[in-house]
Amino acid sequence: MSRTIPARRGRPSAAPLPQRKISLSLRMKRISRAWQLYVLLAPAIVYILVFKYWPMYGVQIAFKNYNPVDGFTDSPWVGLTHFIRFVNSYQFGQVVGNTLWIAVLGLLVAFPIPIILALLVNQLQSERFKKFTQTVLYSPAFISTVVVVGIMFVVLSPRSGLVNNAIQLSGGEPIFFMGSAEWFRPIYVISDVWQNAGFSMIVYLAALAGIDPALHDAAKVDGASKLQRIRHIDLPGIMPVVTVLFILAIGNLLNVGFEKALLMQTPLNLSSSEIIQTYVYHAGLQQAQFSYSAAIGLFNSLLNLALLLFFNTVARRANQATLW
Amino acid sequence: MSLTTNPRTIDNPNRTVSQGGRPRPRPTLRDRYGDRVFNIAATAVLLLSILAVVYPLYFIVIASISDPNAVYEGKVWLFPSGVTTEGYERIFADSRIWNGLGNTVIYTVLGTAISVSTILCGAYALSRKDMPGRKILMLLFVITMFFDGGLITKYLVVRDLGMLDTVWAVVLPGAVGVWNLIIARSFFEHTIPNELREAAQMDGATDFKFFFRMVLPLSKPLIMLMIMVHVVAHWNSFFDALIFLNDDSKYPLQLVLRNILIQSDVSSTGTTGGDIESYAAAQRIAELTKYAMIVVSSLPLMIALPFMQKHFTKGAMIGAVK
Repeated sequence: MSRTIPARRGRPSAAPLPQRKISLSLRMKRISRAWQLYVLLAPAIVYILVFKYWPMYGVQIAFKNYNPVDGFTDSPWVGLTHFIRFVNSYQFGQVVGNTLWIAVLGLLVAFPIPIILALLVNQLQSERFKKFTQTVLYSPAFISTVVVVGIMFVVLSPRSGLVNNAIQLSGGEPIFFMGSAEWFRPIYVISDVWQNAGFSMIVYLAALAGIDPALHDAAKVDGASKLQRIRHIDLPGIMPVVTVLFILAIGNLLNVGFEKALLMQTPLNLSSSEIIQTYVYHAGLQQAQFSYSAAIGLFNSLLNLALLLFFNTVARRANQATLW
Repeated sequence: MSLTTNPRTIDNPNRTVSQGGRPRPRPTLRDRYGDRVFNIAATAVLLLSILAVVYPLYFIVIASISDPNAVYEGKVWLFPSGVTTEGYERIFADSRIWNGLGNTVIYTVLGTAISVSTILCGAYALSRKDMPGRKILMLLFVITMFFDGGLITKYLVVRDLGMLDTVWAVVLPGAVGVWNLIIARSFFEHTIPNELREAAQMDGATDFKFFFRMVLPLSKPLIMLMIMVHVVAHWNSFFDALIFLNDDSKYPLQLVLRNILIQSDVSSTGTTGGDIESYAAAQRIAELTKYAMIVVSSLPLMIALPFMQKHFTKGAMIGAVK
């Protein structure tokens, strides 16, 4: 499939310009001439140094016993103690399992749906209906996570909720959705689709709009049906975008949805709702085990990075568009 | 909605395609049938999706103005029953809500101002190919997309800076999103021609002058997009406030909502105890208040949505091109 269109739309590979040695004084002159640009950039640089690189430097406390007096640098080293403690803790299997479950389920269900929606919306002939569909499907993205979870709690409430009223009307027993471990994952994924599918669809629609209409016209002359055109023109046409977004989704696999999982947690569904990040929050910020939870957080990041590198390599092997 | 499946719109050979303006060639009989089935199916799927998105929201709205007993007994489906505004009256009488709203407005305005100005200035500098060290500086930003210090160290840094329980803890730690920076940079690269800058420099304009007098006025769509992205993000965010703020008089609206909606904290909504019956009644009123609260807190963005949509769609395109 990737053969039909050039997946990598790189610039024609020009031969590298011969590097001329620039004298130091000339270089200093260029730098000093651009001082105003550095001033413009300065706030952003200060920001990432303070709020990104300083915490990154602080990650060393994962291998230390952090105490506030000694700070990041001077706290005593303890090696892999915290990692070993986490791996051996009885929560390890459950927490990692829950994280992977949610991540994979989310990816399998929530990733393809926006693509399908975009392909369908793109085929609509009435421009007004197209616009209307887009606007409606995309509006929940502007509702806050807190409110979406709040909606879940009222709509799924066992006493007065809409869903349980419907279940009782058809003769069933009310279900305590938010207090049951089995229901946590389905609710999590469905609400994710409900809230974000429409918004994710926009990118694919933009990519679809970029497909040369001549391809469709030619296919129509040859008698291709709509389904055939979707399969052989639209889908290959948006494949580079799909691949890049897929890799990005993998890269964020273990980070997304942490806030929602935290909000959806009740004491009764903890056995499936406690994921690595919520565990870090509970152990670190609520119980002040800073080093231990920093180690768990680092474990999460490394796992994530490994997944990202792995899938990027797979994509490159498959001759698809890649991140780099 | 039968428009899409109307045979006349499909068959008429002279119907022009909206984008190209070319006449549509006559399809063969077999495909016309297949396409018609496809159209019906596609329209049906999309209508169902629209219903799935809209109905829960619609239900919340009608439940918020219905008699709580009717909602409780499952009598409210399509229309409100026994209209009451008690839920809304209770919200407007609740000082926590007003306080939270005030805080949210402050955080949103201040946070958006800081973020947007930092991003625009930084992105412009990074878009200038003649700035020495541009690639290394850009790399400095891109790295932070893939490595992250994590929640705990971020918290400790904010604590060490003495920002806990201050406005700064809410507006600064997330101020510059690298993704937004990249979008802004590629906007500048594509819309500000080099010749313009050279001409301005000939006339003696400094980089500052050029940026503020020429670049910014030319970048209104970008500025609008950035403002909206940040207003929405700040309006909806609760997590930074949750971890960095202890003083509940500083809570933003979303955190207040979380405590009331999700943790069912009804303490100050007036449950004075007493017998079971009045407790149950209070419970129902509390539920009613929740519906109304969802409506009130989401309404501002929903009203602004049609206005914002154009800009967000554009933003998605810039992102997709990059």
